[in-house]
Amino acid sequence: MDLEGRGVLITGGSKGLGAALAEELARAGGRVAIVARGESELRRVAARIRAAGHEAYAVPGDVADKRAAHAIAGAAAALVGPIDVLVHAASTLGPVPLRLLLDTECEDLEQVLQTNLVGPFRLTKIVAGSMALRGSGVVVHVSSDAAVAAYPRWGAYSASKAAQDHLNRIWAAELMTTGVHFLSVDPGEMDTEMHAAAMPEADRRTLAPPDRIAARIARVIAGSGRIENGARLVLGDDR
Amino acid sequence: MIPARWPREEPLAEKLLHLDRAAGALRDGRIADLPQILRSGDVLVMNDAATMPASLAGRGPDGSPIEARLVAELLDGAFRAVLFGSGDWRTPTENRAPPPLVARGDRLSFGDVSARVENVSPVSARLVDLRFEVERERLWLVLYAHGRPIQYSYAAGQLESWHVQVPYGSRPWAAEMPSAGRPLRWELLLELRRRGVHLATVTHAAGLSSTGDPALDAALPLAERFSMPASTAGAVARAHDRGGRVIAVGTTAVRALEGAARQHGGDLVAFTGETDLVLGPGYRPAIVDGLLTGVHETGSSHYALLRAFAPAELLARATVHSERAGYLTHEFGDSWLLL
Repeated sequence: MDLEGRGVLITGGSKGLGAALAEELARAGGRVAIVARGESELRRVAARIRAAGHEAYAVPGDVADKRAAHAIAGAAAALVGPIDVLVHAASTLGPVPLRLLLDTECEDLEQVLQTNLVGPFRLTKIVAGSMALRGSGVVVHVSSDAAVAAYPRWGAYSASKAAQDHLNRIWAAELMTTGVHFLSVDPGEMDTEMHAAAMPEADRRTLAPPDRIAARIARVIAGSGRIENGARLVLGDDR
Repeated sequence: MIPARWPREEPLAEKLLHLDRAAGALRDGRIADLPQILRSGDVLVMNDAATMPASLAGRGPDGSPIEARLVAELLDGAFRAVLFGSGDWRTPTENRAPPPLVARGDRLSFGDVSARVENVSPVSARLVDLRFEVERERLWLVLYAHGRPIQYSYAAGQLESWHVQVPYGSRPWAAEMPSAGRPLRWELLLELRRRGVHLATVTHAAGLSSTGDPALDAALPLAERFSMPASTAGAVARAHDRGGRVIAVGTTAVRALEGAARQHGGDLVAFTGETDLVLGPGYRPAIVDGLLTGVHETGSSHYALLRAFAPAELLARATVHSERAGYLTHEFGDSWLLL
């Protein structure tokens, strides 16, 4: 997909991979709307992209909030036009330090599922119908190796990401014939605030900078028509 | 006829009355029967406008309570709106208190945001152009934070944003849901596509269906903005070349298709603009062969439009039949297919 002039909606766009992807996709010609809860940080990212001569708008909102879903999708489409690319980069670990399942409150698991699974489902449900009628669109779910491996203490996050991966496959299976492409990407370990919260002891020099991963995801989106619909891609960092 | 007061659980089971023009016959069915009625090579054209949160409670220049119902965003970023006095949707529009008289330059307030009156229509002092005094990036956030769906007194309760969306909405251009498409579940749309029916879109800024102000209601529908994609123009041309039929989903899709063609000598081309075309008895459609629509009361502007697609006698019989058979009206109601 050529991103020139396309409407792009990215959740989790105020920092980390989401912010890096917003810059990357805007630079590729996309008209980008970014979503996050923290309004001032989000505005700074959008302003930075605009200052570089590209198009970006801040759409503050919480993807876990059912009432915010139509506001997010509607405001984004009003600002950047029909959404052709939807990237679910917002996610939460739940309470940190990470804890064993036996020590996890049910409410905390529910909250993680709301942000990492139900929220992306809602937004895709609102946006993908129009993509399917237009016959084109790309939906990217940001995944994690925790969706596949069973690391102790990562239970809530892992379960949400495993379910999101499967949601990605089912979306693809159901809309296979419509021209809408669904992808799940495992970006590998990146040097982000979220990674530091989960693993404060990690050596940052071993972690990939998010902008390099964002550039790779942008290439994946551009070439999504050649990738099996519903695929799960492990990007990692191959420096 | 009886209005549907709330969205129903099973859209595919909702009633569908086929007004078969060639046979002059009426056939009862369900929305789920559409794949048996449409043919491979037909084009179904849907209005993909999402529904805006167009009802805003606020205060007039004198501090008195008002409701502004946004009709549409104008090309310069202002909004056309109809003002009401105190009260809300629970009061029938024709019984609503009038709004305070406003003049150009007055300020209305909606929560912590103000809007300046830029123009007052000669048609009615309640029809105004408003400019919200907020940067464009924040405007839609403000609208979604303060606005609610427009609704009418027959509704059983307060509607939420998700109650008033078609299953394929995109840009929030519609003041009221383009409701003919509401029962088209994706299960049905994918089945139609499998059978060779082409699915196409227009985006049309559907306005208000009623204001309760006689002068204003007589002027409806106002000019409306729309966008006709090249893919739809192409699909329509191909269908007509090969004997397929163009079926509009809703009167707003008809207005976009016929309005666009009228502005280009009868040909359909990719186009974004406005149309003030009003269809009614005697109008010969240049593009649209059939219409899927809600069940409309005799006398409404929607009903007048149907006269362009079926003889008065067949429509009259369909109305009597619908009444007897318990067809429900309005945006959550049953459907007619004129084909």
